[in-house]
Amino acid sequence: MTEPADTVALRVALERAHRDEWAVVFGTVVRLTGDWSLAEDCAQDAFVLALGAWQRDGLPRNPGAWLVTTARNRAIDVLRRRRTEATRVEEAGRLVVLEGDEDDERLRLMFTCCHPALPLEGRVALTLRAVMGLTTAEIARLFLVSEATVSQRILRAKQKIANTGIPYRVPPPGLREERLGGVLAVVYLVFTEAYAPSNGAVVRDDLAGEAIRLARLLVVEHPRDAEARGLLALLLLQWSRRAARFDERWDAVLLEDQDRSLWDRAAIDEGQALARSALREGGGWYALQAALAAQHALAPTAADTDWATVVQLYDRLLALRPSPVVRLNRAVAMAMRDGPEAGLTALDELGRPKELDRSHLLAAVRGELLRRAGRREEALAATRAARELVRSPAEARLLDRRISELSTDTYPETSLSENLAQAASRKTTM
Amino acid sequence: MKFVSIVYEDPTAEPYDPAEDHIGDWVREGIDRRINLRGDRLRPVAETKTARRVDGGTLVSDGPFAEVTELIAGYDVLECADIDEAIDYVSRHPMARFGAIELRPVWPVEFDE
Repeated sequence: MTEPADTVALRVALERAHRDEWAVVFGTVVRLTGDWSLAEDCAQDAFVLALGAWQRDGLPRNPGAWLVTTARNRAIDVLRRRRTEATRVEEAGRLVVLEGDEDDERLRLMFTCCHPALPLEGRVALTLRAVMGLTTAEIARLFLVSEATVSQRILRAKQKIANTGIPYRVPPPGLREERLGGVLAVVYLVFTEAYAPSNGAVVRDDLAGEAIRLARLLVVEHPRDAEARGLLALLLLQWSRRAARFDERWDAVLLEDQDRSLWDRAAIDEGQALARSALREGGGWYALQAALAAQHALAPTAADTDWATVVQLYDRLLALRPSPVVRLNRAVAMAMRDGPEAGLTALDELGRPKELDRSHLLAAVRGELLRRAGRREEALAATRAARELVRSPAEARLLDRRISELSTDTYPETSLSENLAQAASRKTTM
Repeated sequence: MKFVSIVYEDPTAEPYDPAEDHIGDWVREGIDRRINLRGDRLRPVAETKTARRVDGGTLVSDGPFAEVTELIAGYDVLECADIDEAIDYVSRHPMARFGAIELRPVWPVEFDE
C-alpha cells in the first residue's frame, strides 16, 4: 500500500522541521522560561500537535514559527497552572518570538549545553537531546548504555544548570573564545560516535551530517578561530569517505582498499582548503588531524601517500598533546615510510600504556606489522590477542579473516620486499 | 543568585607573597558591584570547636570536624547573576593563586507558611 501523496509531504515536512527547528523551539522556551524540563516537554508537545494540526489544516506557511509559537503557548499554559510563577508567565507572554535569529538560539543552546561546570557525559547527552533532538532511546543506542542512564545524565545536567546558575547565553567576548573549545569537543564527539562508533553501535550518517552543520555554524560565527575551521575540515574529510567505507555486508573497508572514486570530491576540496588555512594560522589539535586526513585524501592510492609528511604531522600532534593512540598511529606511519621493522621498533618504544590496556589496537597493529615482516607465528599470536579484546563486530570479522589466513599452511610467506611494495596502512586514521 | 565562596589554604599552591595580596581591592570591587554581600577571615584551627548533640547531651571537641591538610581560611557570601560571574570574580581573589576557592551555590530553605 502506498502512502497518499499529501501524507508523504506531511511526513517529509515534519522530519525536516524536526531537523531544522527542534533546537530553536527548545531554546526559545528555555530563553523565555529558564526551565529546561519545561522546554523539553513543550518542544515534544509542539511536534506531536503539529502532526494533527498540519494534517487537518495543511502545512503552515512557516513551520518553524508555528512550532515555536505552539511550544511557547504550551509553556505559558503550564506556568499559568503552576500559578506560583506568575511573573514568569507575564514575561513569557510579553516576549515576542523574533524571527531570523534561529542560529543565535542554536548557539545559545550549544554553549549552555557545553558549559564546563557540567560533566562531559552530561554535556554530550544534553547536546544530543536539546540541540539535535534525539530521544533518550536514540542516545542510549548511540552509546550502548541503558535509557535510564541517559535519562539520568540529562536530568542531572538540567538540575545542575538550574541549581548552580549556569546562564543560558553565548558567553561574552573574552570568555566566548575560551569556551568555544569545549563546544568543538562535543561536536567532534557527537560526529565520531555517529560516524565511526567505537563500540559497534549502528552508524548514524544523518547525525554525523548534523554535526557537520553545527561545525559549519561555529566556523561562520567564529571566522577567526583556526580550530573551529580545523574541526570542520576534519569532519568534512572523514565524511567524504562515507560511501566507500563499508562493503555490501556492512564490513569496514580499510582506507587502502577503498574505491577512491566513491569519495565525495566536493567535501574533500572544501575540507582541504579549510585544513590548509587552519594549519597555516594555528596548527592546533583539529587542524593537524585535518591535515593528516587531507594527506590521505590527496593520495591517488594508499601507496602514493606522502608517509614522510604523515610522520611529521604525527610528531606535531604529539608535541601538542602526547597520547598513546597518536603514538600508535605514528608507528604505523613509520612502518609505511621505513618498513615493518621500523614500525615494530616504534611500537616497542611505546611499551604498554595503560590507556590502551583494554583496547585491541596495540595487539592488532603489532600482529599486522609482524605479518608484513614475515614473522608468521608471532603475527598469529598477536592477532589472536587482539581478537580477544576487539568490540566492534566488523573489526572482529576482519581479525578472524586475518587469523585464518595466518593459520593456513598454504599461506604464502611473503618476502619483506613484497610487503614493502604492498605499502599500505592497516590502521586508517578514520 | 547566592553563592558562598570558601577560601582554602593549599600547601601545593604557589607560595604566599604578601606583595601580591590585593585582598582590599578585591573586596572593594565586590562591594562596588554589589556582588559581595559579606565575608571575613576565620580564626585558625587551634581556636576551633566542633559541637554535636549525642544522646541528649552536647559533645564538644577541639579542632575542626574533618582532618584535612587544606584549611578553611575565610568565606564570602556572593550575590551574582550566574555561575560565570561568580567564577570570574572569585578567580581574582588573591587566595585563588595561593590556595583555592570553593564555590557553593546556596540552596535556599523553603518554609511552609
